[in-house]
Amino acid sequence: METQVRDSKIETVGAPAGIEGPGFFATSLDKVVGMARKNSLWPLPFATSCCGIEFMATMAAHYDLGRFGAERLSFSPRQADLLMVMGTIAKKMAPVLQQVYLQMAEPRWVLSMGACASSGGIFDTYSVLQGIDRIMPVDVYVPGCPPRPEQVLDGILKIQELVQNESIRRREGPEYKMLLSKYGIE
Amino acid sequence: MEDILPVIETKLREAFGEDIISAEMMRDFPVFTVKKDRIIDVVKFLYDEPEMQFRFLTDLCGIHFPDNKGQELGVIYHLHNMRRNWRIRLRIFFPLTDAVVPTLTTVFSAANWMERETYDFFGITFKGHPDLRRILNVDDLGGFPLLKEFPLEDPTRVDKDDKMFGR
Amino acid sequence: MAQAKQKGRMVQQTPPETAEKLEEKEYSILNLGPSHPATHGVFQNILKMDGEIIVDSEPTIGYIHRAFEKLAERRPYNQITPITDRLNYCSSPINNMGWHMTVEKLIEAKIPRRVEYMRVIIMELSRIADHLVCNSVIGVDAGALTGFVYVFEEREKIYEIFESICGARLTTNIGRIGGFERDFTDVTWAKIKKFMKEFPAILKEFEKLLVRNRIFMDRTIGAGSISADRALNYGFTGPNLRAAGVDYDVRVMNPYSGYEDFKFDIPIGTNGDTYDRFMVREHEIWESYSIIQQAIAKIEQMPGKEFKGDVPDFYLPPKEEVYNNMEALIYHFKIVMGETNIPKGEVYHCVEGGNGELGFYLVSDGGRTPYRLHFRRPCFIYYQAYPEMIRGNLLSDAIVTMSSMNVIAGELDA
Repeated sequence: METQVRDSKIETVGAPAGIEGPGFFATSLDKVVGMARKNSLWPLPFATSCCGIEFMATMAAHYDLGRFGAERLSFSPRQADLLMVMGTIAKKMAPVLQQVYLQMAEPRWVLSMGACASSGGIFDTYSVLQGIDRIMPVDVYVPGCPPRPEQVLDGILKIQELVQNESIRRREGPEYKMLLSKYGIE
Repeated sequence: MEDILPVIETKLREAFGEDIISAEMMRDFPVFTVKKDRIIDVVKFLYDEPEMQFRFLTDLCGIHFPDNKGQELGVIYHLHNMRRNWRIRLRIFFPLTDAVVPTLTTVFSAANWMERETYDFFGITFKGHPDLRRILNVDDLGGFPLLKEFPLEDPTRVDKDDKMFGR
Repeated sequence: MAQAKQKGRMVQQTPPETAEKLEEKEYSILNLGPSHPATHGVFQNILKMDGEIIVDSEPTIGYIHRAFEKLAERRPYNQITPITDRLNYCSSPINNMGWHMTVEKLIEAKIPRRVEYMRVIIMELSRIADHLVCNSVIGVDAGALTGFVYVFEEREKIYEIFESICGARLTTNIGRIGGFERDFTDVTWAKIKKFMKEFPAILKEFEKLLVRNRIFMDRTIGAGSISADRALNYGFTGPNLRAAGVDYDVRVMNPYSGYEDFKFDIPIGTNGDTYDRFMVREHEIWESYSIIQQAIAKIEQMPGKEFKGDVPDFYLPPKEEVYNNMEALIYHFKIVMGETNIPKGEVYHCVEGGNGELGFYLVSDGGRTPYRLHFRRPCFIYYQAYPEMIRGNLLSDAIVTMSSMNVIAGELDA
């Protein structure tokens, strides 16, 4: 019985540069770890307001975030890699957010979605934190009010770029420790 | 739509006389200004009286008029009689120095959080409220935000360039 | 064989004398939120539990307080529409239209019938969107994730309709004080008609998944019920009140924007529990669908093409006139600089939002910004009843109750 092999248009992830041979593939550890991490990010959707609904639309079937590997949402910070802060963070909420960030294990990345999380947005008031980068280091900012799902996916792709190219020793290095100490995190 | 202002006004004046300070129509709402201490009796009367039956509290909010000396703060109540589809507004005004109002939670459970919000925003204390504390703002805000003299923007910000913001 | 025996094993009963000693119980405290997968939005509940049963709970809100009312005192009337968007952000066009109607009530403007019917179409589309989110999320909280994915595809279609009218999907800032900025284009009409054709099949599929589903019914019937008297005393409005049995709908009691010309039913429930709230929203989606059909038919019969009322003090004149006509230029300047004559007065206007009576209490002192603007937010008012509703229920019932009440954090805190 002949099985027909269809010409698939799906692009699978390419292998990193390395030396291939019968039964083995040699490359640098950085690249393999980066590739594995970037295609299996477990996001923590910290949805507070309207951006949370756009995130729900991004997770739904039309804009499917799952095809980039981020299918499994983790609401427990201990099991998450990527903290997605979506929506306005009020000053009352800031300690809670910082607590969630501290509970995440290294390596962790932060994506700030929407104008309110990036800089306070249209709410320049006494009760709104003017950007989450006042309390934690942020890797990617996605502007918009709310950002379209395509912009969110673009943000995730940029995070994936960061994840891939990060050195596996970065989190123990002195620059990272200095970055965290600027926010009062040890 | 029948003219409901005279109907309600006669009933209220019969029962309360001079405690009803004024009665007027504002757009399509009969509005009654009442003396602060009698507001609960007025609301209970409107609740119980068989021809009034205002059994739904639509809204409760505060207001601040810094220019009306002696009557700076106010509380506005919106009541609704669903059977006859009558809506009225009750207002009470009082000075900043005497910002204590009897609570409406004995009549309407809905007033619980609405009074907490009014306390949070204006500093109006509701006597007899089961749990009067701030609801929306942080507990150590130090001030009552919706008073006209409280600034909108966070005064502790140092990164806003005054020249660019037209100050 | 061994497993069957294990299943038949009886649970050890407590002998009578030790039961008396157990009268002094110890309750455990469980913290639900503010960051929690099931709370859709940020609010916290500290639950006092006796095992799995909830004895008492203390809600804390304010985690997303953005000071709308204070912000509104600083912004001219046209600029307040984006703030109202963010109240109940699942159905922002209703909030926008409600605000426009409040200002039109203040300035006593007359809006043409055709514009009112266009507004009705937009409001009912957003009501459908809001109820779709709420119902699918009740399913998700009970474990049924499939319905969510089906239904969000329909929401995408509604987003596309909004996008073709105003440019934004979610926080729409749709319409203007006086009507709309332009007439609905052919593309918009085509999208609306396509949606109307395809929607019933998908909704029926969603209903088949959950409505007579034995597991869903067991989860939701009896969970978080409230009687009609208590609901009225707590100031409930909207689907939550209708599920308790009271047929109060602002569209019928105080009709606005032409709703008196439409024929629709108001579904009500009997027990006020989660299943009733779910079913009331389901039936309301069908009613909204029928209202949109009637509105489209009515507009097609109207000869004119007007899309705005006559409000020269708020509605910016078209750019061609501004560049060529002196009067239009002056109006444009006055509106943008805020030198228009706005009457003094107080007005309260309410619309039927996705969650109930959304009211706007506007006090104007003649200046370019409102003196005081207060939002009567239905979520804020009925969430007070949550501790009473979940007393004596299990924790999983509390979760499903919270999602069936459709608590939207933006409207809770404003």
